[in-house]
Amino acid sequence: MSQIETFYEVMRRQGITRRSFMKYCSLTAAALGLGPSFVPKIAHAMETKPRTPVIWVHGLECTCCSESFIRSAHPLAKDVVLSMISLDYDDTLMAAAGHAAEAALEDTIEKYRGNYILAVEGNPPLNEDGMFCITGGRPFVEKLRHAAEGAKAIISWGACASYGCVQAAKPNPTRATPVHQVITDKPIIKVPGCPPIAEVMTGVITYMLTFDRLPPLDRQGRPQMFYSQRIHDKCYRRPHFDAGQFVEAFDDENARKGYCLYKVGCKGPTTYNACSTVRWNEGTSFPIQSGHGCIGCSEDGFWDNGSFYERTTQINAFGIEANANTVGTTAAALTGGAIAVHAAVTALKAAQKKTQSRVSEEA
Amino acid sequence: MNIQTRKPGAVAEVDEDTPLVTAVLTGDATAEDLESVRRHASVYVYETPVRLWHWINAAAILVLIVTGWLIANPPPTMQIGEAANQFVFGYIRFAHFAAAMIMTAGFFGRIYWAFMGNHHSKQMFRLPILNRHWWSEVFFEIRWYLLLEKEPKKYIGHNPLAQLAMFFFMTLGLSFMIVSGFALYAEGSGQGSLPDILLGWVIPLVGSSQTLHGLHQLGMWAIVVFVMIHIYVAVREDIMSRQSIVSTMISGHRTFKDDRRD
Repeated sequence: MSQIETFYEVMRRQGITRRSFMKYCSLTAAALGLGPSFVPKIAHAMETKPRTPVIWVHGLECTCCSESFIRSAHPLAKDVVLSMISLDYDDTLMAAAGHAAEAALEDTIEKYRGNYILAVEGNPPLNEDGMFCITGGRPFVEKLRHAAEGAKAIISWGACASYGCVQAAKPNPTRATPVHQVITDKPIIKVPGCPPIAEVMTGVITYMLTFDRLPPLDRQGRPQMFYSQRIHDKCYRRPHFDAGQFVEAFDDENARKGYCLYKVGCKGPTTYNACSTVRWNEGTSFPIQSGHGCIGCSEDGFWDNGSFYERTTQINAFGIEANANTVGTTAAALTGGAIAVHAAVTALKAAQKKTQSRVSEEA
Repeated sequence: MNIQTRKPGAVAEVDEDTPLVTAVLTGDATAEDLESVRRHASVYVYETPVRLWHWINAAAILVLIVTGWLIANPPPTMQIGEAANQFVFGYIRFAHFAAAMIMTAGFFGRIYWAFMGNHHSKQMFRLPILNRHWWSEVFFEIRWYLLLEKEPKKYIGHNPLAQLAMFFFMTLGLSFMIVSGFALYAEGSGQGSLPDILLGWVIPLVGSSQTLHGLHQLGMWAIVVFVMIHIYVAVREDIMSRQSIVSTMISGHRTFKDDRRD
């Protein structure tokens, strides 16, 4: 791998000054939640380590992950990031096309077997032998298995690769399947979101390159530094939640005052992501800041969790639209009714028995 | 009072073995009373820790249901002061969590008492499902509640149907609410906290936090339905059955209204 340039060399070649490079290292350290002592470590790694080859494949997806990724601001987006990782294959971003592109894929797989990172955007459909997603003349699932075989680790970009997203929503006609259910013998990092935040994506990659290992993952396989807390835990509207001050409708006075969006279905309390801290588009804003509740796009099965404007899941087991509370109130009302009827019948029967025994006593 | 059964000069006949000596002396106890009390005095069923648990548990569940409902369906926005000076929803959630801790501690205490207490204290933790006679009693009780049986049977502890309900709604139901509740609590207390270490696996198991919230709410409704039936049946049995029900959970004693064998 010695023939590959280091990150630093590439960055300098791209006209980035040493000063900017050090700034980048400290911003990355901050983004990863590391102390200042890690800045030289990151710089050292960047200066000495050869770039890690990355193969980026696209299955059933909408490319929103790529769109987000190329907008990363810290680390400085396109030039640095795309040079930093040796992005040897990415069918939507690479200059090559057709056979040349496929040749580059084979080339990278062979050359860096066991050393490259496989980034997966989207997921493979498994129905009809995977015929619902053909790339380069082959079902995507075959390409995924092939590329995964020699990979050091796999990154599941976005809700599609991590959980299935909209194409896996019920009834999932193509049997779109998240990556970790197809590839079971490789370490997989899930970076959910629809799309994930740009800085989260580049942050995860930077961590892996800097420390040459996977970032610490939570129980669901997500990087802890970005997914260990809920939107709700770091939401700047949280004081209004604790105060009991809610937006009752989207056009009311409370909405103008910027109260908590809990009652209009904000899923911040059940969603793990870094939106309320990292925010979007160079830290400009995030959904709640612009007055709309979180839709929970980084949660498993968010398309099947019912309306974006309700925090409770729809239960369709009874053939009608209902959530836990409607099911519960109905059950309680039925129980109450049954109790009333039962009590009435009991009283009637007791009265009847009394009359009968009086009659028999008299007789 | 039946004056005729009062024996004149009974005072002289009273000795140390006669029950209700004072009542006899004041003329309050009839001969029938004495006969009755001689034959079927009460049975001590629910020991103090069980009764204490029952009422603490009931109070905690009441708080949990009310606050739980409010957490899912918050009260209208209040303008008491600036957000920093107002903690309405925070207090509602605090009451929910505090009641949950009390209920959990009580439940563990109740489990402990199942080992230390009398025979009846174990009843709600185990079902004699291999006992054929027990099953026939379950069906008898179902028929009784369907008004198909003329006369109920007498039981010292729970009747078999009540035992089934206790086992599923309380033993299993409370366990489920404690596990799901603390798994949700772990979200707030954060990764690496004790609730997270113990129960952080629950959310990945059910899929997502929202799914677990839904299940926790369904669990609440199951307990609401149980509480409604429990209170109705306790009052109904107190009137209709041949034994004490409501007062038994206050005094611990089960008393019987007749002395027929079954």
